[in-house]
Amino acid sequence: MIRKVITGIAAGFLNGFLGSGGGTVIIPSLKYILKTEEHKAHATAILIILPLSILSFFIYFKNGYIDIILAFKVATGSIFGSILGAKILKKLSTQLLKKIFGIVLIFAAVRMLIP
Amino acid sequence: MIFLIGFLSGILSGMGIGGGSILIPSLIFFTDISQHQAQGINLIVFVPAAISALFIHNKNKYIEYKLAVPIIISGVIFALIGSLLASKISPDYLRNIFAIFLLIVGILELKSK
Repeated sequence: MIRKVITGIAAGFLNGFLGSGGGTVIIPSLKYILKTEEHKAHATAILIILPLSILSFFIYFKNGYIDIILAFKVATGSIFGSILGAKILKKLSTQLLKKIFGIVLIFAAVRMLIP
Repeated sequence: MIFLIGFLSGILSGMGIGGGSILIPSLIFFTDISQHQAQGINLIVFVPAAISALFIHNKNKYIEYKLAVPIIISGVIFALIGSLLASKISPDYLRNIFAIFLLIVGILELKSK
């Protein structure tokens, strides 16, 4: 139980503070600490992050950080993308994708640090 | 452009890889919104994407409901703390903290087997 609670604390804090990153904590925790199979870990992580994101969004909204029209445009694209993503998850090894993803993130991070 | 950014990050979040870590920097680079706004957009964009992905994952019997409950309970409390803290921090400072987090995630992804 304590491992689940700590996972929630870390994921919740990242979700609220950085508006993302819950999955970064939840997926490895489910896989390696709570011994959940790969695909189940990914799917369960989405279920966990959903209520966290809704709550954090309300706080951001209350603080005036939300451009509804822009959010709507991004969300529309994202819905179509996520349906495709969930379908190919069943058929695809994510190994290569993760490496590419890692490189992209490092480039983005450096670019953000150097204005 | 905005739609395409959403679409590409949606593919990743549908796979549970983390669309947010791509979506937030993309919004920062290609639009003129602030770090707080980008984070807020990522939070709400995740909701419909997650719901549509959950339907498919549920059909495939990939969701462990009992395991999720205690993680959600502690997670909700700390999401509240985290988002209140974020609202107290300047956008530049928050962007730098986000970038460091992104760097760590990128390195972990590269090292993961």
